[in-house]
Amino acid sequence: MKMKMEPFNRDFITPIEQFLTKFRIPAWVLLGVFLLALPHFGFNTFIMRLFIMIGIFSMLGLGLNILMGYTGLVSLGHAGFFAIGAYTSALLMVHTDLPFLVTLIAAAITSGVVGGILGLPTLRLSGNYLTIVTLGFGEIVRMVIMNWRSVTNGVLGVRSPRPVMFGMEFTFANHGFYYTMLVLLLLTGLTSAAILHSRTGRAFLAIKEDEIAATMMGIRITRYKILAFTISATITGVAGGFYASLMPHIDHDVFTFDVSVLIVSIVIVGGMGTMRGMFLGAIILIAFPEVSRFLMEYRFVVYGLLLILMMRFRPQGILGWKSRLPYNLPKLVQKRVETGVQ
Amino acid sequence: MTYALIAVGFSLVFGILRLVNFSHGSMYAFGAMIALFFVGMHVNVWLAILLSIIITGVAGVVIDKMALAPLRKKKSIPIAGLITTIGVSHIIQNLLTIWFGSQTRPFPSLVELGMVDLFGTRIDARQIMVFVVSLILMGILTLVINRSKVGLAMRAVEQNPKAASLMGIDVNFVISFTFFLAGVSAAIAGGLIASTYNLVFPMMGFMAGLKGFSAAVLGGIGSLHGSIVGGLVVGVSEAMAVVFFGSAFRDSMAFVILVLVLIIRPTGIFGKKAILKV
Repeated sequence: MKMKMEPFNRDFITPIEQFLTKFRIPAWVLLGVFLLALPHFGFNTFIMRLFIMIGIFSMLGLGLNILMGYTGLVSLGHAGFFAIGAYTSALLMVHTDLPFLVTLIAAAITSGVVGGILGLPTLRLSGNYLTIVTLGFGEIVRMVIMNWRSVTNGVLGVRSPRPVMFGMEFTFANHGFYYTMLVLLLLTGLTSAAILHSRTGRAFLAIKEDEIAATMMGIRITRYKILAFTISATITGVAGGFYASLMPHIDHDVFTFDVSVLIVSIVIVGGMGTMRGMFLGAIILIAFPEVSRFLMEYRFVVYGLLLILMMRFRPQGILGWKSRLPYNLPKLVQKRVETGVQ
Repeated sequence: MTYALIAVGFSLVFGILRLVNFSHGSMYAFGAMIALFFVGMHVNVWLAILLSIIITGVAGVVIDKMALAPLRKKKSIPIAGLITTIGVSHIIQNLLTIWFGSQTRPFPSLVELGMVDLFGTRIDARQIMVFVVSLILMGILTLVINRSKVGLAMRAVEQNPKAASLMGIDVNFVISFTFFLAGVSAAIAGGLIASTYNLVFPMMGFMAGLKGFSAAVLGGIGSLHGSIVGGLVVGVSEAMAVVFFGSAFRDSMAFVILVLVLIIRPTGIFGKKAILKV
């Protein structure tokens, strides 16, 4: 199977990649203009909401991708971070007059700190066991939300007000949500790309490929694993904070194990360890329940089948090919490598 | 105690394949619903449960052959198997919902025994029956694994699949047999619980599955008597949580235990030390 796949990739994808790299700037500009103009094509609120949800889940995918795709740690508890971000932001907006931006940052920080703490058990655990801990974490967060009534209002949930920025209230009508989503998505994407092309990103990749070899190369794997957890949780927290502002009402039922599974599925369907895959994965999996309404109640059966077939025939994800273009080291490092100067 | 029965299923599969089988919870619901289906056709309750045990066991084998065996053949990454079982669980749960409706349904009792006085507390005799049946089943399972030829093959595959296959053991058959046993234990658990609480619903598998899994991890995943102890501890601590903190904390106990166990002693109470291969 694998042998058959390889030539297909080499013949077909590398030219496209080279083409895209060559015309990188026009391609990005084109995409940017398209995304900016999207709300003005006259879609109704339902479709716009779908676009925004795709954006949010792309962010979640990017967040988990840092953990799963780059560092190779699988988390089944990202709904927990999502919930922490959402509740932090919503509760701050309800109880204080802080601007939306501040509550969003607070959501990111809270979620990141919790992520760092959860990362600590990675000192002892690996593989399956780590995945199980994150699963337990996700459920515990949900239980805390349900039972900590004085703060989270228990099962009744929180009503969050519409966010206001620069004196303008965000609504669907003035596309405030859509553009906020774009900005946040751009920021997350840039952060992800920056991390991937930094020393930290290379350390993550090294850990994923071979922990022992990474240790031998002087990478402190524990520290980097905790860092990966923190970054991933931070991004997820931002997505959560934004989600809380989008929804008029959030409660514990939004952040179930199914959401964690959905995020993992996005990463896997799109292609682990690739950024492009996150967007495609989010588009497919978020739009799928909507476009497949004709299947009626069978659509979640089909969803399950989709996951199984994916794993069977293309476990690396739809866009999960390895880029054959040379990896661009930072100029300084490149120079050192070429000249052999330490 | 039923957590113990569910935990056994997890343990069996994990022991051999190193795979967390997320579809196990829905197998448990599947077993209960199939039993209900036969009861609806005016079949005797005992016969209905027996039929459901066989069907669920076969369903376990089918799942393995259809979804998991191809992955093993391709030697794909472990996460692929995990996602596959999640997909399978989606399919089973939703099919159950479509076929039987999502509402909670009544399930007839196996036997009407009334209440029994035990050490000064009144206990529903059916719960004692569940306990006894579980113990007997564990005994049978232990016998199968420790005494029979298939059991010997199972233990061999657990230790080293490649060496086992060189010794002439049909590894694929052993794995299928394991899935059969897991399905059987899930169906028994489903039938017992359904007839104790007189209720079944398609989504009953989800929480029960996660808790059974916690029990398996607590007892040391891959160890049978560990599953019994784990199941008991999870069950008792849930009851304690209801008494001391209120019923809202009932469901979280299993996960608190799970996380604590994994941080303090990842191999569980009876788990063998895993040797890290370098």
